[in-house]
Amino acid sequence: MSLFLVVALPFMGALLPGLMNNAGRQACAGVTFTVTLAAFIGLLTNLPAVLAGEVVTTGVNWLPSLGLNVNLMLDGLGFFFALLILGIGLLIITYARFYLAREDNMGEFFTYLLLFQGAMVGIVLSDNILLLLIFWELTSLSSFLLIGYWKHLPEGRQGARMALTVTGMGGLALIGGMLILGDIAGSYDLSVILQNREVIQDSPLYLPALLLILLGCFTKSAQFPFHFWLPHAMAAPTPVSAYLHSATMVKAGIFLMARLWPVLSGTPEWFILVTGAGLITMVLGAVIAMFKHDLKALLAFSTVSHLGLITMLLGTGTAFGAMAAVFHILNHATFKAALFMSAGIIDHETHTRDIRRLGGLRHLMPITFVIATLAALSMAGIPFLNGFLSKEMMLEEAYDTVLFGPHWLVPALAVFGSLFSAAYCFRLIGHTFLGPKRDDYPATPHDPGIGLWGPPALLVVLVVMIGCAPFLAEPFVKLVTASVLGEAAAVPTAYFKIWHGLVPALYMSIAAVVGGLIVLALFNRLLKIWDAAPRPEAKTIFEAIIAAAVGAARGLIHGLHNGAFSRYAAIAAVTITAAGFYAWNSGTVGMATRAPQPVGAVHVAGWAMLVAATIGMVFLHRNRLLSLILIGIVGLMVSVGFVFFSAPDLAMTQITVEVVTIILLLLALNFLPNQTPVQSTTLRRFRDGAVALAAGLATFAMAYYFLLRDAITTPISEFHLANSYKGGGGTNVVNVILVDFRGFDTFGEIIVLGIAALLIYALTEALLDGPVRARLLNRKPDQPRAGDMHPMMMVVLTRVTMPVVLLVGFYIFLRGHNEPGGGFIAGLVVSIAVVMQYMASGFSWTSARLRYPYHGVIGAGVLIAGFTGIGSWFVDKPFLTSDFTYVRIPPFEKFELATAALFDLGVFLAVVGAVMLSLESFSRLARRAHVKDSEHPMDIDPSRDPIDPDSPKKEGA
Amino acid sequence: MGLELLVASAIGILTAAGTYLTLRLRTFPVILGISLLTYAVNVFLFASGRLTVGAPPILSDAAAYTDPLPQALVLTAIVISFGMTAVVVMIALGAYLGSNDDSVDDPAAASDTRGEETT
Repeated sequence: MSLFLVVALPFMGALLPGLMNNAGRQACAGVTFTVTLAAFIGLLTNLPAVLAGEVVTTGVNWLPSLGLNVNLMLDGLGFFFALLILGIGLLIITYARFYLAREDNMGEFFTYLLLFQGAMVGIVLSDNILLLLIFWELTSLSSFLLIGYWKHLPEGRQGARMALTVTGMGGLALIGGMLILGDIAGSYDLSVILQNREVIQDSPLYLPALLLILLGCFTKSAQFPFHFWLPHAMAAPTPVSAYLHSATMVKAGIFLMARLWPVLSGTPEWFILVTGAGLITMVLGAVIAMFKHDLKALLAFSTVSHLGLITMLLGTGTAFGAMAAVFHILNHATFKAALFMSAGIIDHETHTRDIRRLGGLRHLMPITFVIATLAALSMAGIPFLNGFLSKEMMLEEAYDTVLFGPHWLVPALAVFGSLFSAAYCFRLIGHTFLGPKRDDYPATPHDPGIGLWGPPALLVVLVVMIGCAPFLAEPFVKLVTASVLGEAAAVPTAYFKIWHGLVPALYMSIAAVVGGLIVLALFNRLLKIWDAAPRPEAKTIFEAIIAAAVGAARGLIHGLHNGAFSRYAAIAAVTITAAGFYAWNSGTVGMATRAPQPVGAVHVAGWAMLVAATIGMVFLHRNRLLSLILIGIVGLMVSVGFVFFSAPDLAMTQITVEVVTIILLLLALNFLPNQTPVQSTTLRRFRDGAVALAAGLATFAMAYYFLLRDAITTPISEFHLANSYKGGGGTNVVNVILVDFRGFDTFGEIIVLGIAALLIYALTEALLDGPVRARLLNRKPDQPRAGDMHPMMMVVLTRVTMPVVLLVGFYIFLRGHNEPGGGFIAGLVVSIAVVMQYMASGFSWTSARLRYPYHGVIGAGVLIAGFTGIGSWFVDKPFLTSDFTYVRIPPFEKFELATAALFDLGVFLAVVGAVMLSLESFSRLARRAHVKDSEHPMDIDPSRDPIDPDSPKKEGA
Repeated sequence: MGLELLVASAIGILTAAGTYLTLRLRTFPVILGISLLTYAVNVFLFASGRLTVGAPPILSDAAAYTDPLPQALVLTAIVISFGMTAVVVMIALGAYLGSNDDSVDDPAAASDTRGEETT
């Protein structure tokens, strides 16, 4: 099966448990199991190639410009880890099916589990380190979901957060390290990086890359000083702990160290950092585990300790160390997963995990007793169990390792760690299963069904099998070791056997086991000392750091972001002005190349009106109606300016938009207060004035500067002018640009306009459904109402002008391609005509005669424009390629037919719909219940009977 | 003095007035301020095609035309700015109707104001 499928199956399968959730727990777990099994079998189909020593690769270029390609690679190491992930995954799924309670959402659990599984398989099969980073982050995220699966438990949430923070921070460091590494090697493909040992180790960036990568690995694999998150992650359901925190996720850091072993290891920095951290973690974890009373906490710290052991072995940089590490990864995964599942069984059956409340369980749970005891003895390093073999190899390696001078340091620490490791294993067995039967268990324990004890039993069979017949595992471990070592070293020839003769490692092993028994015998005395000794509590420290970070961030953000919009606006204005000023000062100013154009009295008069209205707004803005009139003057003068400066299209657009904007603001002002109160202090007004003056001066200077200078290069407009008629078939270049050259822009813009209108509609609906409705109903108008709401003169006038305005709009639309006009302007003109009807004849009268809803008009416009664009696909042209032809239908003159006109029709409809929907929404707010909205267009109609207004006056009545 | 000075100063004055009104504390002047800034920006963009009198970009026998591209860009900008103004006005209106207060700042943040001093 393709490697793609092996990685993709869990991700695709993650959809299924949620779907199957209602089909029952059996179906839900079954489908998850099937998906994993399929991936597992798919992996196994690649086994022959891997056994033959080949590296299976597959890949597609995803983002080659970034060096990010979906390249997958399967060698011995990848296969080994994928086998662990999928194989143990199968056991965990079976176990979880029986472990989860009825009220737990199983679909959710298995979805997270499959996501995690896919991410893990992705990590171990990635050939591209950028791809690996993506999967790496995915494991952090999915493990967050899994650890916090029991959302109702505060410990679960806290543990999940802590795990995400620590591993996420490490992930960030890892990204930096990997990018440096890829930069040194010149490729992000692992297969290339692994060939470049010398280049990488000679690079001055080797140390920063190493530090960052190790930061990522150490956080993920819970190495000192980042070991503290793992025990807190034990708040997760036990299947999660067994899967993530013994067999898979915490091994990801180990995996990466093994993967990069050929290029990173062997230097003094690597040796000191990795071996040092590993040793400290191993000893510390073992000692803390000894004094934990919670079964899972004990196992968590023992995992920390064993991860330290593996890290230490990888750190020594010898081929034998690497082989011992690989072997211990395998052994640890088997016995630790079995132990976690046993702890879960005990918790499940006795409702407690506190060792002090347990004891004597061997009589009540014989099967669990056998499984847990064998696994624990293996962990303690008892012969004929697999833990013994790799522990002996570790001790042998430690015996040969010299760190910081003294020869005895590493062996002594290794023995010390193993001693406590043996001690807590014995305590686990002794204090949980041995001893007299008690009568105060929180629940009556008995062995569970095979669904719960089967999976750990299977693992224990492996523990015993490898332990008794190590030669069975030897070829496989050596194969994996070979792919760890790459070309950096040769696979050691040492054989795996139980009896090595009277070598130092044997004495060390015996010392550890005997010492472990002694420690257990002295446990109560040691516990008193331990409890009395002051210890730093990792959680408190972690929370203090988080609280300090939050405090600092809060101080910074609240200082800048205090909820005062005017303050942000001021900061933005000052910053932009200052940046512009800096750019101006640091550049060079060329000579003016354009002569100023002469000014006449009319120009000055127009300018003076604009400036007077603008300045008037500043001083009179408290009177809102007045400032509305003033802004109308500003808009009018801007339109006049457009006409004067050869932009008739702009002028027409500006003046029509001006009309609808003023109507809109009037509708809004109907509800808002008519006056703006004096609120800011004089000082503040001076400050704002200074900011405004600076901004104004800056824009003035910039505008004046470039108005007197020609463009540095020829603008693209030359092309537009030259091709407008030839290519676009129109002489109005502005319109041809809109509907043809930059038609895609315009298409986007009408969509935006439509969205804005729909947003306004939606906001109105939300307001009218909410408490605002009551307020609107009870609102008393603050201005006297007009006696005649629908003046007869106006009604008549708008009726008469309606067809005329429509004709004008039609004319403007049609001529748009060749003369000033077009869809935008025609749309605005027609909108004004319709708005006039609303204003004169009333909302109900007009909407009763409305044939098409405005939403539909917007949609039709966008669709027509879009289909016009798609039409060019049928003639194998890109989207929105326009075409035109000239036709002649007697008796008319020859005229032009262009697809651009169809596009412009879409623009027209979208503009009409958007403008009308916005204004209509505002007036819907205005339709309060206490204002009786007449169905009649005129309040005073001589043709109507004043007594019975609904029937027309009869002649002579 | 030339037409360029008039246009540039108009842009500057529009910007200054717009900025000042945008820094006010009530929604309506802020909306007007943004509208003034819109004018300033539109005229500024339009002026980036330089000022030409009497040469509209309508193809004819004329020798020279003004730059059509800024005009096309500003044309859509004008229409879009209507949409934007309408949305902002709607939001301001909704906020006022919902809380009977048309301040733009959070009440807690308004430290450099005189407090409730309605006229």
